[in-house]
Amino acid sequence: MTEHVIEVTGLRRRYGGGGSAAGAKKKGTGIAGAALGRKRGGDDGKGFEAVRGLDFSVRRGEVFALLGTNGAGKTSTVEVLEGLAAPTAGTVSVLGMDPLTDRAAVRPRIGIMLQEGGFPSDLTVTETARMWSGCVSEPRPIQEALEMVDMEDRASTRVKMLSGGERRRLDLAMALLGYPEVLFLDEPTTGLDPEARQQTWALIRRLRDSGTSIMLTTHYLDEAEKLADRLAIMHEGRIVHAGTPAEVTAQQPSRITFRLPAGVAPAHLPVTLRAAEYVDRIEIRTQNLQDDLAELLLWARQNGVALDQLNARTASLEEAFLDIARQQPQYEGAL
Amino acid sequence: MSATTQQPSTDRPNTTPPATGTPAAKRRMPDRTTLRRLGALSRAELTLLVRNRSALFGALLMPLLMVGFLLTLGDTLGLGDGNLSVAAVIGTSAIGMVLLMAVYSTLIPAYVGRREERVLKRLRTGEATDAEILTGTAVPAVLLALIQCAVLIGVGSAHPSLSAPVRPDLLVVGVVLGMLMMVLMAIVTSAFTRTVESAQITALPLFLIAMMTSGMITQLDTLPDAMADIFRIMPFTPVMDLVRAGWLDAGGGDVTRALLLAIAWTALAGYAVRRWFRWDPRQ
Repeated sequence: MTEHVIEVTGLRRRYGGGGSAAGAKKKGTGIAGAALGRKRGGDDGKGFEAVRGLDFSVRRGEVFALLGTNGAGKTSTVEVLEGLAAPTAGTVSVLGMDPLTDRAAVRPRIGIMLQEGGFPSDLTVTETARMWSGCVSEPRPIQEALEMVDMEDRASTRVKMLSGGERRRLDLAMALLGYPEVLFLDEPTTGLDPEARQQTWALIRRLRDSGTSIMLTTHYLDEAEKLADRLAIMHEGRIVHAGTPAEVTAQQPSRITFRLPAGVAPAHLPVTLRAAEYVDRIEIRTQNLQDDLAELLLWARQNGVALDQLNARTASLEEAFLDIARQQPQYEGAL
Repeated sequence: MSATTQQPSTDRPNTTPPATGTPAAKRRMPDRTTLRRLGALSRAELTLLVRNRSALFGALLMPLLMVGFLLTLGDTLGLGDGNLSVAAVIGTSAIGMVLLMAVYSTLIPAYVGRREERVLKRLRTGEATDAEILTGTAVPAVLLALIQCAVLIGVGSAHPSLSAPVRPDLLVVGVVLGMLMMVLMAIVTSAFTRTVESAQITALPLFLIAMMTSGMITQLDTLPDAMADIFRIMPFTPVMDLVRAGWLDAGGGDVTRALLLAIAWTALAGYAVRRWFRWDPRQ
């Protein structure tokens, strides 16, 4: 039997009519602003439901990634798991306990890295770590925590002099100070340069291999694909795909896109191919890329049709993600 | 953290006991853990206070000036229209100034600064409780204020026209309640303060009300009765009444009433903290 360190059942989270929490959380980027505007339009004074019925669980020792566009509800979900907010409906359990009411028992066993955490800008890295260490029941040596994120040479630097990426790594080091059994990482590599990102990935794998369960949110697909044992893709407060990266990918169709020359109507295509016509292209979505591609190419040769800009792409996590992203303008239009 | 260097262990060292102690073992020592967390938080806060020159001046300079006044002034000024000597007014008022400057006015920007830098939000993800986080920020200012009060009382007691506190118990109660009230009021005020800079303005209402109504500059005895009665129920007046009663045995009012009023205002401030305080940045 597999032990679950996190269990989520029917989780819902609604922000009040003022929407201050949602507003404060989401003013990061342009995309988020657009998403917020769309949601504000639909909230008709009853607040905004950021999380709309989630069910999932995280097993001990795995990396679980929560993916989604900005405003999908990732952070709103994680805040409940971290015991920072109460669910509007549904239940969550972390290490078998309620993260909010059993906070004193849960906190010593988990580590949290917020999307936007902060440390006093006038303290040095070491002073920050000392402060944090004093708040941890059984802290790791400060030196060791800083080494884990490659920050030991910045120990006497003031926080305000650190780069954005260094602050993220300091934040991660603080989350690791208490030898967490469960680690919550909210977009841990945002703002990191490629090398630091690779190093953070290596660290996350090492932590996982030593038995730490990790709940990760990210909007980087490669990060989820490379790190996650299992993942869930959120969109507008719901999970739309879940499973191992391979399973989620397998749920997705492969795509063939091309343009037909003038005078050749899409209706002439073999009916077995489920082709759809878009403004600039014909698109075939298929679970059987090789056979359908062969059929298309044979048809083209027999009929002497040149397929302009022919492109065949196998299913990928990116496809799954883009599929969701593509739907967004339609929702916007519908409102 | 690079793969080529020695990898720090990601496991707890075997020598330390597992984190998951029995609940009973945990319950036995909450005081020590609380003290340890408070120590860590207030040490960081003291470092920040020392590095922030303007905050440090506010916390130390004004009260020191008051001591200077006390040492240099005799009873030559005609300030005492009432039944108190000038030294008595200045001595007790200096304690009020310490509470208002070193505690209230110093702590508002501290809470706003920690909130806006998302420090409070980050700390809330850790093991420290909300009360510990808020208290940790207040400890250095409160300790500095206590030291200054002790110096003031010491210097005042040696002054020819003052004496040692007549009712030390009442003086201590007044100072302690005043500290608590000022910390809570600072936390509430920080909720209505957007930036560290605007704390200078948001501190003014309570600061001015306290100065005008608590007998620090005008003795309540010399005012019309109706006005004095209103002034006596304002937030800071009962604190000063207790301080005057403790040091001079001359509060000019009912000590029990002052005590109850001070407790009521402090409780009200505590309620306001619960009601309005915010952990998330306003900007």
